[in-house]
Amino acid sequence: MFFGFAMDKYYDMLLEDVRFREGLKACMNCGVCTGVCPAAEFYDYDPRQIVSIVQTRNDDAIEELLRSERIWYCGECMSCRPRCPRGNTPGYVIQALRTLSQKLGFFVESEKGRQQLCLKRSIGENILRTGYCLTPQLVRPETHPEQGPVWRWIVANDREVYGRLTPSYDREGAGALRRIDRQSLEELDRIFEVSGGRRMFDLIEKHSDRKAREMGYDGADERYAADTFSRNTTRND
Amino acid sequence: MAGRGASWSEYQKQIADDHYYYARSCIRQNFFPGSERAFLRILGEELGRDICDDPRHTSCTGIGYHSDIVPLETIMTVVARQFALMAEAGYEHLVTSCITSFGIYNEILNTWEEFPETEERTRRYLKEATGRELVLPKSVSHTSDVVYHFREQIAARARRRLVNVQTGEPLRVVEHIGCHYAKIFPKSGIGGAEFPYVLAGMIESWGGTCIDYPERRHCCGFGFRNYLVQANRGYSIANSHKKLESMAPYKPDFIVANCPGCSMFLDKWQYAIAEMEGTTYGADGRGIPVLTYEEMAGLVLGYDPWELGMQFHQVDVEPLLRKMGVEFDPAAKYLGRDGKYIGRPEAAVVNSGPDKRVYRIRE
Ligand code: SF4
Ligand code: SF4
Ligand code: SF4
Repeated sequence: MFFGFAMDKYYDMLLEDVRFREGLKACMNCGVCTGVCPAAEFYDYDPRQIVSIVQTRNDDAIEELLRSERIWYCGECMSCRPRCPRGNTPGYVIQALRTLSQKLGFFVESEKGRQQLCLKRSIGENILRTGYCLTPQLVRPETHPEQGPVWRWIVANDREVYGRLTPSYDREGAGALRRIDRQSLEELDRIFEVSGGRRMFDLIEKHSDRKAREMGYDGADERYAADTFSRNTTRND
Repeated sequence: MAGRGASWSEYQKQIADDHYYYARSCIRQNFFPGSERAFLRILGEELGRDICDDPRHTSCTGIGYHSDIVPLETIMTVVARQFALMAEAGYEHLVTSCITSFGIYNEILNTWEEFPETEERTRRYLKEATGRELVLPKSVSHTSDVVYHFREQIAARARRRLVNVQTGEPLRVVEHIGCHYAKIFPKSGIGGAEFPYVLAGMIESWGGTCIDYPERRHCCGFGFRNYLVQANRGYSIANSHKKLESMAPYKPDFIVANCPGCSMFLDKWQYAIAEMEGTTYGADGRGIPVLTYEEMAGLVLGYDPWELGMQFHQVDVEPLLRKMGVEFDPAAKYLGRDGKYIGRPEAAVVNSGPDKRVYRIRE
């Protein structure tokens, strides 16, 4: 304890993440990162302020951050990395904060944080099912109207359209859009098991389920997931 | 400019000349499967290089990592598996076909160097999970680095140039580098973060000219969770919008992007903006065609646009093909396998020009 504030608990946890050690040396609050940041352009978001709060090492302030909307605005473009005169990378600090927020279950306390469930259920599960982050079937025209009529036509005629360009479409062997063999998928699965990927997925489910019940849903069901995917109450002005 | 030249030469990285191990990208193969084919064809058939397409390698899980659901330790182990497979296949030079994974491979190699305990841990995880041994690569390049490396050989075999055949003027090109190519590790990208030269070098060698505009280095706006989750997509379209507004006054003939994600977003958001507010950015009142560099190289080499997969674009590429003097069969565009007719996509404002829409509204 220092001046009556709880200090360092969360800061020490953040230090376990090498991205945090790499991303935050000493910030001089110049704001250059905020100047180039596409998230700051769009949201009420200021990477300089995030770094500055973390730098206080104050547990209450950091916990507030871990529960907040703010840490979920960054697009991880890393435009801030080559620009910082002190060699910091606010984008890395954000990655460490998000990881910790999920480990501690704080992410479900914000609307943007709760979206991690949809990301886990779409991209995350697709990785283990197919060996790819994205497959054509994942970009469903109903949830992706911005993809336009050409994409709708591609998805509706996938075997023909992809088949014209890549004979390996959805088949095992080499080539684009090939189906990944069973052994490789099993290896991927074990990598997730051994290295903590599976544990992260389970944590996201567990905390989402708890929060969903608290919010009056029957757990983290389809309806909860669909609401977190489309609900947006952020004001950008 | 002396300063500029110095910066460029400082960032001349070594690119392997042969025997590549190809790491495929999910975004590239989903949205631009023809580009991937063109890259392999250019290297294999045109340049006689050896490139290994290993059926066992998987996604790098990079989109999951940058959506913060895949932990660092996990992606490190997945990447270590790709390196292990490469060594087993007898290769040392990795070439990745996506900016996001290029950034990840570089970031991980750097992290292993700086924090050796992370490399040790990854070796253990890999061994335990798969029985495989991590062997570090000799080099990691992006597919565009390799095309850049061979740009003069490609120019020597060119069937067409990036020139307007009616006016004889060089085509005016907007190049988009993609943040993760050079902003994470400037020294790993040709030209670094300030003067990325990878696409500009191709454009100049093939007869075109690059446009410098205020938001040239701004992100396309993908932002991972900011596009993947529907509620956040305003971020993505707003950043693409900012770039398009900034480049339009310079009247580009086309955009070429380094990253398959960026190519897709700059194409699709033009469609969305045109539908939402009737705005189009091309000089002819339509959209600005957005190419991948493989498509650009393929057109220069005389490949058929539909064999290059340019029917996957939302913004029609035909106006550009005509400017370049490319012969093509308009009726073959939307055919399936073996010339089968499978219907065609519905019309969109971005391809017809906003005037018609305004006219319709007035009616
Ligand atoms: S650019 Fe660097 S030093 Fe300046 S506010 Fe951002 S993190 Fe701090
Ligand atoms: S990584 Fe995040 S904080 Fe850094 S510039 Fe990009 S959006 Fe902003
Ligand atoms: S411009 Fe967009 S897609 Fe391309 S690297 Fe940056 S964030 Fe990724």
